[in-house]
Amino acid sequence: MTEVLPEHPDFLWRNPEPRRRYQVLIVGGGGHGLATAYYLARNHGITDVAVLERGWLAGGNVARNTTVIRSNYLWPESAGIYEQALKLWEGLEQDLGYPLLFSQRGVLNLAHTPQDVREGVRRVYANRLSGVDAEWLDPVQAKQVCPILNISPELRYPVLGATYQPRGGIAKHDHVAWGFARAADALGVDLVQHCEVTGIDIHSGRVTGVRTTRGEIGAEKLALCAAGHSSVLAAMAGLRLPIQSHPLQALVSDLLEPVQPTVVMSNTVHVYVSQAHKGELVMGAGIDSYNGYGQRGGLHVIERQMAAALELFPVFARAHVLRTWAGTVDVTPDASAILGLTPVANLYLNCGWGTGGFKATPGAGWCYAHTIAHDEPHPLAAPFALDRFSTGALVDEHGAAAVAH
Amino acid sequence: MLLIECPWCGPRDETEYHYGGQAHVPYPEEPAGLTDEEWGRYLFVRENPKGPFAERWCHTAGCRRWFNVVRDTLTNEILRISTGST
Ligand SMILES: Cc1cc2nc3c(=O)[nH]c(=O)nc-3n(C[C@H](O)[C@H](O)[C@H](O)COP(=O)(O)OP(=O)(O)OC[C@H]3O[C@@H](n4cnc5c(N)ncnc54)[C@H](O)[C@@H]3O)c2cc1C
Ligand SMILES: [Zn+2]
Repeated sequence: MTEVLPEHPDFLWRNPEPRRRYQVLIVGGGGHGLATAYYLARNHGITDVAVLERGWLAGGNVARNTTVIRSNYLWPESAGIYEQALKLWEGLEQDLGYPLLFSQRGVLNLAHTPQDVREGVRRVYANRLSGVDAEWLDPVQAKQVCPILNISPELRYPVLGATYQPRGGIAKHDHVAWGFARAADALGVDLVQHCEVTGIDIHSGRVTGVRTTRGEIGAEKLALCAAGHSSVLAAMAGLRLPIQSHPLQALVSDLLEPVQPTVVMSNTVHVYVSQAHKGELVMGAGIDSYNGYGQRGGLHVIERQMAAALELFPVFARAHVLRTWAGTVDVTPDASAILGLTPVANLYLNCGWGTGGFKATPGAGWCYAHTIAHDEPHPLAAPFALDRFSTGALVDEHGAAAVAH
Repeated sequence: MLLIECPWCGPRDETEYHYGGQAHVPYPEEPAGLTDEEWGRYLFVRENPKGPFAERWCHTAGCRRWFNVVRDTLTNEILRISTGST
């Protein structure tokens, strides 16, 4: 269609046998684990690092997500870390020397009720105060950005306006994982696949190593990056997390000519849509209601988001669903991540990104690597400490992060 | 879509129900006596097992009553259904 995709890669990393001991062990070979390994090596010179992945690299949420990238969250704490991530995205292809198809095609968040409008306008002002690009558009201006958007007042939930972040956009998720993996491998990091962590050994309040399906591996520092499985891993260290794991689904259509020039999200009618580089429409919505690790959800959730999409984009009536799938996302009570230290010395935690952690990949990796290297939270990560659930200093992002990811 | 058997109405589609999360979480007997940490744990921390999980469902589109289900969160197999107040 529009753009020629890069060649399918040959082998981008070694496939080493795990050594018996590492300075830093990272559990989880998703985007966050790979980015963390890369920045540990690149920013802190720590290369005695292994990433342990129970399946294959990038088989989890990093390759199941719908790749929406934006930083227009409400609170300054969130703007700090998501905007750091967005700035890194803006130079990431050059930095990794690998095509990521990062495309700043903008993100619209629609408002359909007077309360949506108040919230959206408030968020635009808050974003500007935090140094995040944000505009408020009326329905006609929104239609100029996205000509196929139905702004008829006859809609059950008519479009009353939209927030717009022009620097937001999408990227190609598998390339992002491969780009980080390739660069980390080149700096000496061991990427160990088919290596499930089954136990964590702790002596006198310190982690000494992990048990895995490929034997025991010692560690000076252990960094969890297991997304949907974070509670399972934390339990191995005797920790209970404020996290619930839910199925989150998405779907793609058959390949179409370019019709959708931007990303459109609506919390109220429950759908978001972009068009991938190859031409498929990519859609998603909120989580399935119940806890689940099965990487699948109910068809009724897909039906509802397609109904919503049809109302907003009547032109989609002739599109077909090609494929639906689900990942397991780690949801926190305040819809913000948990990043930092734990009650166990030399055990670090990065989780709770829930439905929206792809966009954070470089920023989270950057801040987590710093936190691990210095044994002290990176300033941008400090507000996301685990202890906020007892101090009460929550970072409530439900408004910016419900159906929108 | 899950097929869940309401103890009063029989098997119905998941869309007739509302999910209530972990079962058997009692309100603290002496809330004012809890430390911040204990209160935070009560408010925010729930079990999140990969496997059998005791949870609450409400038959909102039917009899509107709450009941308990033990479901495997990996396979979605429903292992037990019972009535009960928490
Ligand atoms: C359908 C869907 C749509 C989404 N859309 C968006 C979006 O548009 N924008 C956005 O920003 N975010 C989105 N997200 C969220 C985003 O995908 C996640 O927040 C993010 O990918 C999580 O970080 P990760 O990439 O490291 O996770 P993952 O890729 O899931 O990595 C975690 C890894 O840990 C491994 N692991 C687990 N247990 C063990 C163990 N015991 N031993 C070894 N390894 C283990 C897993 O196999 C997995 O590979 C979406 C998610 C889904 C499911
Ligand atoms: Zn009933």
